[in-house]
Amino acid sequence: MFLVSPAPHVRAKDSTTSIMLDVIIALIPTLIASVIIFGFDALALTAICVITCVIGEFVFQKICKRDVTVGDLSAVVTGMLLAFNLPASLDIWWQAIIGSLVAIIVVKQLFGGIGKNFANPAITARVMMLISFSGAMSKFPAVNDAISSATPLSGGEMPSYLRLFLGNHGGSLGETCALTLLIGGVYLLVRRVITWHTPVAFVGTVFLFALILGENPVQHILTGGLLLGAIFMATDYSTTPPTKWGKVIFGVGCGLITVLIRVFGSYPEGVSFAILFMNILTPHITSLTRRKVFGGVKK
Amino acid sequence: MSIFRLRGVHLNHCKNTAKSAPKRISVPKTVIIPMSMHIGAPARPCVKVGEDVKVGQLIGETAQGLSSPIYSGVSGKVKKIDEIILSNGTHVQTVIIESDGLQTVSESVVPPVVTNREEFLDAIGKSGIVGLGGAGFPTLVKLAADVSKIDTIVINGAECEPYITSDTRTMIDDAELVAEGIEMLMKYLEVKRTVIGIEKNKPECILSMQKATSGIDGVQVKPLPAIFPQGGEKVLVYHSVGRVIEEGKLPVDCGVIVINCTTVACIARYMHTGMPLVEKCITVDGSAIAEPQNIIVPIGTSAMDVANACGGFREPPRKIMYGGPMMGIALPDMSSPVIKQTNAILFFGRKEATPPKVTPCIKCGRCTNSCPFGLSPTEISKAYKAGDGATLEKLKVNLCMECGCCSYVCPAKRNIVQRNKLAKTMLRNYQNSKKGEAK
Repeated sequence: MFLVSPAPHVRAKDSTTSIMLDVIIALIPTLIASVIIFGFDALALTAICVITCVIGEFVFQKICKRDVTVGDLSAVVTGMLLAFNLPASLDIWWQAIIGSLVAIIVVKQLFGGIGKNFANPAITARVMMLISFSGAMSKFPAVNDAISSATPLSGGEMPSYLRLFLGNHGGSLGETCALTLLIGGVYLLVRRVITWHTPVAFVGTVFLFALILGENPVQHILTGGLLLGAIFMATDYSTTPPTKWGKVIFGVGCGLITVLIRVFGSYPEGVSFAILFMNILTPHITSLTRRKVFGGVKK
Repeated sequence: MSIFRLRGVHLNHCKNTAKSAPKRISVPKTVIIPMSMHIGAPARPCVKVGEDVKVGQLIGETAQGLSSPIYSGVSGKVKKIDEIILSNGTHVQTVIIESDGLQTVSESVVPPVVTNREEFLDAIGKSGIVGLGGAGFPTLVKLAADVSKIDTIVINGAECEPYITSDTRTMIDDAELVAEGIEMLMKYLEVKRTVIGIEKNKPECILSMQKATSGIDGVQVKPLPAIFPQGGEKVLVYHSVGRVIEEGKLPVDCGVIVINCTTVACIARYMHTGMPLVEKCITVDGSAIAEPQNIIVPIGTSAMDVANACGGFREPPRKIMYGGPMMGIALPDMSSPVIKQTNAILFFGRKEATPPKVTPCIKCGRCTNSCPFGLSPTEISKAYKAGDGATLEKLKVNLCMECGCCSYVCPAKRNIVQRNKLAKTMLRNYQNSKKGEAK
């Protein structure tokens, strides 16, 4: 018997799993940096989040009799990104576990699983945790030579640019080291997992808007979760527009909201709220920026 | 003039047989010749069971309108007139001829006398030539269009499908014939300009065609980027002469006739010899075939005979396709005959044939970003599931040329182009019912 199937009979090599693996590879340098900066607490917290996400997804899909999709590694990515958004000192493990379960079950699986969630699971869980566990979430561990226990954004003394760039300052465990985040971003660009549009529009807007408001734009870029958010979270497939101009609009919107919250809001950091807000607008941005069809005639 | 950048995909070209000059296979014992190979009315068998036939003898008369006559490619006896199911799923009448191996040529094969446009078109109608790029549109119908609007002939030498090299061989081995065919077309259709579009991955063809056409005024060889689907009619016209064929329009409407290079060579050959289209050069390739090569076979030769002529199988074939791997049709069995517009048969072994696992859509947008025409397959899919004809109309799924780039790039391995085809049918039904209501 011969196989009869619709064309095309050849397929590209990339698969969902290979894409997720690329994201994981791109996150590894930052994970290493976080261990150097914050110690093994960072690794333990990341492990807890990843394991909870994977087991949470597996158990939920089993209970609901859905196809188990943990093999696509997307739960691992969610776990890593969530951990990267938490302070390494989050010593009460159950908070991390609750956060991970919210990300993977409430935000992702309840909406139908991979590709169907409209909000970024890691971002939404982080926002939930920031509001629920405000104390633990905004107390950052002292780095090796204890410069400040708060993120520079919340009014601590501002470290030097080099120090900011290398990540040796307060903050969530995966957001401080700009160097490794940029390495990961370049890797994803080279592997064509992401395009430059969203990160450049996001960071560029923050730079310009901060400049206009008389803030120090470089500090705005190097502190807080901006690079982590712009490179890894605002480029998530299912929660951001697929079109080129949609990505630009998404990035600009994220940048504007981030700076507004940072400068005028009551929270020191606005990246998560900005991305979450723009997630909600994504379907509209997508339909507004649909490509013109070649040879299409308006009727 | 809009500056629309047509996208597409970069494929692994797999042109393994590009160096293999086609050779004629020994005559198969039986040939199965369908009376309908392409769009339009089927031909009517004009031979009886038991009748002797010769090479080049008419066996299928044309019906009215969109149709093309059919000739025998072997000499022998008509064994049966039967109905079979063609690779595209339609039931067609078929003339089955048992060959005597002598290949006696029919007396009716005499070079046509052509002095003007009417005689030229008449000869093309009699030659049984159809578009050999794959679509099989009767060439006469294409050329008989109102020529006053036409200022350019575009010769399709893109051959963008992986594996296939039959056009490549035509452009190398029969460059003179192609050039002659172009001259005839330009003379009798009174067109001053011809552009030959060839993908850049075939430098040999570009050189050979440049050499062959250097003496003809108004002929230009245009190297095109090797991006699938470069040979799609609208893509080719846009890239070679910069014109946009709009929705619902034909190339003729923007002053262009598109014709495949092998079709042109066939026209020239017919004018010389009077031998109608009875045999075809096809590429035989794929991991399961022992000796991948180009061969010339009589129309009606079965896939089985083709495989045997190429050294049989290296491993058991799991999937057999007529045409290229991007748009070709998978066959249910090996008795299917080679038809006029077949340009390749691919035999895939287990590894190549095993279908990938389909996983949920992750909305990466690669389908949209690789669609040459900028369609939005994810939204089309959603509208199709909802049975929403109005949205499908807005998304212009009717413009989908089914090139398969979307399915090719999909990391979730979804059968996107198949969904598009279904959506096109849904849209057609929706528009028909809307018309019905309006009446």
